[in-house]
Amino acid sequence: MDKLEYTALGQTVYHCVLPNGLNIYVDVRPEYGKQFAFFATRYGGMDLRFRGEDGDWLDTPAGVAHFLEHKTFDTEDGNALQRMAAHGVDPNAFTSASMTGYYFDGVEGFEDNLRTLLSFVSVPWFTPESVDKEQGIIAQEIRMGEDDPNDEAYYRLLEAMYVNHPVRGRVAGTVESISHITADTLYQCHKAFYRPGNMVLCAAGNIDPQRVADIAREVLPGSQTSAAETDHGRPERPEVGEKFTRRTMPVSIPLFTLGLKGTPAARGEGLRQRLLAELTCDVLFSPSAPLYNRLYEQGLLNSSFGSFYSDGPGCAFIVAEGESRDPERVRREVLAEAARLAAEGIDQELWDRLKKAAYGTMVRRLNSMEDTCIELAEAHFDGEDYLSFPQVFQSIERGHGEALLRAWFVEERCALSVIAPEE
Amino acid sequence: MQQHWKRLADGVELSVTQTDKFKTGLLAATLTIPLRADTATFGALIPEVLYRGSGHYPDMGKLSSAADALYGASLSTGVRQRGESQCVSVLCGFIDDRYALDGSAVLEPAAALMGEALLNPATRNGIFREEYVESEGANLADRIQARMNDKRSWAIFRLIQEMCGREAYAVDKLGDGETARAMTAERLWDAYRSLLSGAKVIFYYGGAASVERVEDAVRRSFAPLLTGRTAPVDCLVTPEPQGPARTVTDAMDVTQGKLAMGFRTGGVTMGSGDYPALLVCNALYGGSANSKLFVNVREKMSLCYYASSMLDKIKGLMVVSSGVEFSQFDRAQEAILAQLEAVRKGEFTLDELTAAGRTVANSLRSRLDSQSQLEDDQLTRLLFHCDREGEDLIRAVETVTADQVVEAAGKLKLDTVYRLTGKEG
Repeated sequence: MDKLEYTALGQTVYHCVLPNGLNIYVDVRPEYGKQFAFFATRYGGMDLRFRGEDGDWLDTPAGVAHFLEHKTFDTEDGNALQRMAAHGVDPNAFTSASMTGYYFDGVEGFEDNLRTLLSFVSVPWFTPESVDKEQGIIAQEIRMGEDDPNDEAYYRLLEAMYVNHPVRGRVAGTVESISHITADTLYQCHKAFYRPGNMVLCAAGNIDPQRVADIAREVLPGSQTSAAETDHGRPERPEVGEKFTRRTMPVSIPLFTLGLKGTPAARGEGLRQRLLAELTCDVLFSPSAPLYNRLYEQGLLNSSFGSFYSDGPGCAFIVAEGESRDPERVRREVLAEAARLAAEGIDQELWDRLKKAAYGTMVRRLNSMEDTCIELAEAHFDGEDYLSFPQVFQSIERGHGEALLRAWFVEERCALSVIAPEE
Repeated sequence: MQQHWKRLADGVELSVTQTDKFKTGLLAATLTIPLRADTATFGALIPEVLYRGSGHYPDMGKLSSAADALYGASLSTGVRQRGESQCVSVLCGFIDDRYALDGSAVLEPAAALMGEALLNPATRNGIFREEYVESEGANLADRIQARMNDKRSWAIFRLIQEMCGREAYAVDKLGDGETARAMTAERLWDAYRSLLSGAKVIFYYGGAASVERVEDAVRRSFAPLLTGRTAPVDCLVTPEPQGPARTVTDAMDVTQGKLAMGFRTGGVTMGSGDYPALLVCNALYGGSANSKLFVNVREKMSLCYYASSMLDKIKGLMVVSSGVEFSQFDRAQEAILAQLEAVRKGEFTLDELTAAGRTVANSLRSRLDSQSQLEDDQLTRLLFHCDREGEDLIRAVETVTADQVVEAAGKLKLDTVYRLTGKEG
């Protein structure tokens, strides 16, 4: 395996590509007691339309990637979740808009558990009965999400911002859409996306990287096949579809999500755009930002406020969310401050300090093996090296932040989703 | 990893976990007072007002900027509940000196910034600034009201209110909205002064620095706290329900119901000899993906989207939390109780027992890999004088027998059931 040294960060990562196309990253941490493994496919909630084996386009129901995630734990010999739990490890999984990941952490039996993980994810086993039953369980999960005002605000924002792109749909789908999922659908999707060449394995802890590669080679299929081609709809225009959406729910004070629709980064520029977008958010929204402090002092925001950047194939956006008695005024103030900064320039001292803070925050996050493995996987899918962030920071200047404010923080690219208390 | 402990004065302790496995240091100063309905609002509001600004950094922007300049140190203030105590903390996580781009020390300035935030608040006329108290009072009242937004935790919160209504345990650590809104700078300042002089004080550091360096930084930055004090830290344990099990139902505009059930553990708490058996019993019953509630009630019977159990090891409680369809409340409740009955009768396999023991041991060991969990565990241990260290407890867990689990399950008594249901029409 290749040994990648990140001296400034005190990290050592081993990397290799198996003949079947699987990329493996191992973050060796001799001083940790537990081990962590993360096995992910580049396939998520937004990948609804893809080319099947016969070359024809295939449309699948919303929520199928998440449904598949639930059913992947089924094996011919029973449920892998329980098999791994019997070893005292805590396996779990998540589905995002662009990725599905399976993981476990444990303090003993790492190699056995790794075998089980690789095996149940790569060998599909679905029956009509078990799919029927899962429909009930997932329908309840969807309803639970619909009762969550934060989820609801977020998805209503995406629906408002995006016109064609499938990121506008809920990752879990709807109770109606998942009713169309059959065992056959799951087999088709598994075949299209759960191929070693479309997947990545990241592990961390006090482990031997060569053993990880050996086990993966033993357990996984040997032949290399590339992933299915996906279609994310007609190209999105830069402007949002709707600028405002509102509904009522049982909440105590209004919740809001404010979205800025961005331009997707070119391949290889994703990490840089993310760091730039996050830093620019800090200029406006961090606890040391003048705008946030002014709105806080005026009682328009409270400490529940925060922001993040998100992207995927064909989409990139910034979200600021929180509670406010007057979300529409928050939107006006954000756009006005962004316009002022774009015209007058960002204070150099503020920019330098925020950059230093962002660097330190990312170093602190490396304490978490879970976060590090997931970041390594995401960066891998984007063709990037996550641990190069110290160098990327160096290339980001205040002028880039001003350009981003000018381009993204404008009326046409901004949408506001509000959840108001019931009368 | 080495654990150190030192008394700096009566009721003032320093605890250090020395390890270089993290890239960061974590320093915490925690002031602990009894949780009481008439003082809880003060304890919750003080950390919020402290975060608004200090003498040298008189507003939130300046205080946060000072933390940013320390490589994005995560300065935070907050309140926690431990049993029937309220813990007011200032915490700071910061990168280790070896990762500072200019090679400068971070621990000492971080400790100084924490001391500044805690001991030198922004004042006017010798008391807190009225505008900070007023706006944080309003924010706190909003936060208390916002508890109901998350239905899962709201159901547990309401269960505890009903179940422990006559015990200090049910007092909201955030206090009450009315008192928060009506707070004056003068009243809050008095409470702040008595917090500083009367509360039990625990300093905690986890990271690579030497004990001497940490003690020196603490002594320099927190000198006014290093005076003797005798704050009591107690928690009343009610071993048995005080009558037959009660059911309380609320209605809200929700599409999915919540069912929360509270049990007393028969007086078993973290210090008890049979605590390891209770931990294993909980994992077997509802505390893992291999548990009876998960496998049977959720997976086999599809009665709940989630169903799990958890313990409060200080108060001696177990809570089962689940999400159910409105039409399934009775069936789900019966099934949840039937699974407990099965554990009481010893209806579980050796594999289930082994898996439960492993799950507990695994999660206890994993906590040693997290700096914030180390801090949290060490605080609890010091407050309640539980000197059973991580490894001792893990060994005890690994030798728990089936009979001991049956015995622990036999002591669990249902106290209160809480149902959150939808509104008609």
